Amino acid sequence: MSASYILKRVLAAFVTLLFILVFNFFLFRTLGDPVKLIARDQQMSVDEQDALRKQLCLDRPPLEQFTQCYMPQLLHGNLGQTASGDDVSTLIWDRIPKTLLLTGTATLLATIMGVWVGIKAGWKRGSRFDRWTLMTSMTFYSTPEFLLGMFFIIVFAAWLGWFPISGYQNVVTPTTGFAHVLDVLNHLFLPCLTLTLGYFGEYSLVMRASMLDVVAEDFTTASRAKGIRESEVRNRHVVPNAMLPIITASVLYFGFIIAGAVGVEYVFSYPGLGLLTVDALDSTNLALLEGLFLFFSAAIIVANLVADVLMGYVDPRIRYG
Amino acid sequence: MSAVSAPTGERSARQIAWSRRLRAGKASWAIYRTSGIGLAGLAIIVAFVVIALLAPLLANKSGTLITYVAEQHQPHNAPPSLAYPFGTDHFGRSVLTQVIWGARVSLLVGAIATLGALLIGSAIGLSAGFFGGRVDGILMRLTDWFMVIPWLGLALVLAAIMGKGLVSIITVIVITSWAFPARVIRAQSWAVSSRPFVERARAIGSRDSHIIATHILPNSMPIIFTQMVITGASAIYTESLLSFLGMGDPNSVSWGTTLEDAFNQGALTAGHWWQIVFPGMCIILAILALTMIGYAFDQVLNPRLRDR
Repeated sequence: MSASYILKRVLAAFVTLLFILVFNFFLFRTLGDPVKLIARDQQMSVDEQDALRKQLCLDRPPLEQFTQCYMPQLLHGNLGQTASGDDVSTLIWDRIPKTLLLTGTATLLATIMGVWVGIKAGWKRGSRFDRWTLMTSMTFYSTPEFLLGMFFIIVFAAWLGWFPISGYQNVVTPTTGFAHVLDVLNHLFLPCLTLTLGYFGEYSLVMRASMLDVVAEDFTTASRAKGIRESEVRNRHVVPNAMLPIITASVLYFGFIIAGAVGVEYVFSYPGLGLLTVDALDSTNLALLEGLFLFFSAAIIVANLVADVLMGYVDPRIRYG
Repeated sequence: MSAVSAPTGERSARQIAWSRRLRAGKASWAIYRTSGIGLAGLAIIVAFVVIALLAPLLANKSGTLITYVAEQHQPHNAPPSLAYPFGTDHFGRSVLTQVIWGARVSLLVGAIATLGALLIGSAIGLSAGFFGGRVDGILMRLTDWFMVIPWLGLALVLAAIMGKGLVSIITVIVITSWAFPARVIRAQSWAVSSRPFVERARAIGSRDSHIIATHILPNSMPIIFTQMVITGASAIYTESLLSFLGMGDPNSVSWGTTLEDAFNQGALTAGHWWQIVFPGMCIILAILALTMIGYAFDQVLNPRLRDR
C-alpha cells in the first residue's frame, strides 16, 4: 500500500479532529455561559462567578481563549478540572479499561456471531435458517440495549439470582487473585451478554445484505460456471467480498456502540465511561461532559482512520480509486 | 368553456406525471404486499397510531398524574389484574394508562424529529447531488463530520446546555440524525441529475429550483421514504434512551419516562417486572415495526433482493 494513501487518510483525520476541537470550543464557551450553568446548580456570589470566569479563562476575547488557554491545555493532555477539583483526564483514564473490557468483548463476540449467521443466512436465502435468524436479528437490532439489560436483570439476577444485579466487583467482600478474576467475570457476564446480543443484530443484518449483493454479482456466476465446488464459490469468492462492508459498518456503528454502552452501564451500574457520562449529566458537570465528548470524538476519528487504512489494505479498488 | 383548456382526451403534463406516479405506486404496493414482514410491520405501526389518536377514549388522562391517583387511593405496585391489566406503578398509576398516553408523546416526538431530520437531510442531499462540484464538496464534508460525531455525547451535552424537555430532545435527534439520510439522498440526486431528461429540462431553459422540484425530488422520493422509516426507528430509540437517562419533560408521560420512573423506584430489584416489561415491549415493537417496513421497502427498491 502506498504511503501517500495513508498520509492522505491521516491528514483527513487531523482536519476532522480540528473541526471537533473548534466546534467543542464554541459549543461550551459561546452557546451557553458555562459559569451561569454552574451557578444554576450552586449558590454563587457575583464575585465568585467572576473569579471562576477568570480561572476558566473566560474573561478574554474568544480568539485569545482558543489560542492561549484552550489549545495549549489540550496539547498537554489537560482536560481541566471539575467543580469539585478532580482532574478530568484522570477520571476518564481510570474508567477506560473497564469500558474497553465490556465493549471490546461484546463487539468481538457480536462480530463473530453476526458474520457467521449472516454468511449462512445470505447464502441459503429463504431457507428455514434464514427466516428464523432474520426475524431474530431484526428483533435484537430493534431492542434498545438498556431495555434488554433490564429484562436480563429481572430474570437472571433478581428472580433466579444467578448473577449479581449490578457493579464491577463485589464491594462488600473484596477478593484477590483468581477469585477476583472470577468475581469480575461474574459481574461482567450479564452486561456483556446484553451488549453482544444488541450489537449482534446489526452485524448479522449487514452481513446478510452484503452476501445477497455479492451472490448476485457476475463473478459469482462466473466462478460457478467454471465448475468449482459450491463451498469453494462461497468461501473463496463470495465471503471475502461480502466481508468488506462489515469493516465500514463497524465504524458507522461506533456511535451506537458508545450509546449502547452508556445505556447498559447505567442500568447495571457498571463503572465505565458510560456511567461516568450519565453521572456528569445528572450533576451538570460541564468540564467532565466536555472531556468525555472530546474523548469519544477522538476515539471515533481514530477508529475511522484504522478502518480506512484497513479497507485500503484489503480492497485495492479503494487504494487506487 | 375557456379557450385554453386542452381538448378532451388529451391530458396536461401534470396529469400525465401524476397518472404515471400512481401507476408506479400501485406497482410498488403490489411488490410490498407480497412481503409478510412488511405487512406485519405496517399493521403494528397503524395499531400504535390508532391507540395514540384514540388515547382520550381509551384511558383517563388524569390517571397519569400522581396527585390524582393519590386521591383515588389506587393500589401501589399492584401486579397485573383485571382492574389494572398492566399493573400499577410506585405511585399507584395504571401502567396501561401510562403506556396509552405515552404512545402519543413517544410517537409524536419521533415523528416531528424524523420530519425535521429528513427536511434538512433532503435539502442538503438533493442540492449536493444536483449542483455537484464545490457545493457538493463542502456539504459532504459537513455531512461526514456530523456522521462521525459521537451523537449520544453531543445529545447529552446539548441537553445539559439547553435544559430538559421535549424541545431539546427533538432538537438533539434532528441535529444528530440528518447526516446519514443526506448522504444516501445525495447519491440518488446525483444519479438522477445525470439522466437525459434533466439535460433536456436545462436545454429548454428551466430554472434550477424548477428542475429540483419537478424532476430530482419526485425521483428521489422512494429513497427519502425509506430513509424516513429508518430514521423514525432510530428516533424512537433515541427518544426512549434520552428520556430514560432523565432528559425528558417531567410533566409529560412517554414510554421512556415511564421506564425511568420504574427504574428509579427500584422496580428491578423489587421484582415489579410489569412496570418495565409493558412500556419496554411498546418501544421494541414500534422500532421493530419500522425496521420491518424499511426491510420490505428495500425489497421494493432493490430488485436483487426480491425472491426469485
